[in-house]
Amino acid sequence: MGRLTRKTWILTALVVFTQAFGNFALSWGMKHQSQDLGISPVGYVEAIFTPWVAIGVALLIVWLLTRMMLLSWADLSFVLPVTSIGYVLSAVIGKLFFFEQISWSRWLGVSLIVAGTVLVGLTRPGTTQQETRELVAERV
Amino acid sequence: MRWFLVLVIVASTVQADVLQSLEMKRHGEVKDFRPGKLGRVLAGMAGRRYLILAVFFMAISFFAFMKLLTFADLSFAVPVTAGSFVLETIAAKLLLKEAVDGRRWAGVGLVACGVALLAL
Repeated sequence: MGRLTRKTWILTALVVFTQAFGNFALSWGMKHQSQDLGISPVGYVEAIFTPWVAIGVALLIVWLLTRMMLLSWADLSFVLPVTSIGYVLSAVIGKLFFFEQISWSRWLGVSLIVAGTVLVGLTRPGTTQQETRELVAERV
Repeated sequence: MRWFLVLVIVASTVQADVLQSLEMKRHGEVKDFRPGKLGRVLAGMAGRRYLILAVFFMAISFFAFMKLLTFADLSFAVPVTAGSFVLETIAAKLLLKEAVDGRRWAGVGLVACGVALLAL
């Protein structure tokens, strides 16, 4: 396994775990808010400082930073499908912690996502060469 | 209200990801992962116009998502935002000049269908 390949998969794993567990903590926290938030920003700011929402936000900050690192060499059209394996992790978390039933159509969905992830995972992570990068830089 | 929030989430996610990807491509590969170096990378990125704009769109997407979660199930909220997948891949090809080959299109298609099935 090449240096870039190993780095890509380590970062991908981090991105996937922090997003799945971040969303879980956020969801748990938001469902257990004592009041309806409405549209006032004050309620949301208060909600951020409740424990589960805070854990969720912290994990999602790590998610954002690791994803930025990954995007510095990998394509957006590579990162998106490959990190979507996190949806599968979310479904498993939903089953374990929210006791959600997983129907046959959901299992089918999970298999399609796994297949799509594997397919895109076989492609080269970065396809924009230095010249293209400069071209993009000039255009904006 | 539900579908309006979904629209806001999808549109701002696409904007945020394309801008973020553009700035990270311009920066080039991050090679050193020691905390000090990473901090310097982040400090250097903080002033980039498109990255600031990306963070703005991310914030919109995030708060709209939080609002959606207060009355919708996670198993509805997460998959429905997958509408952004296909749009983002098109944007990656046209705007970011990425080489999206057959395998990637097929993969994105499978993932989008799979995510939609999760919502059933």
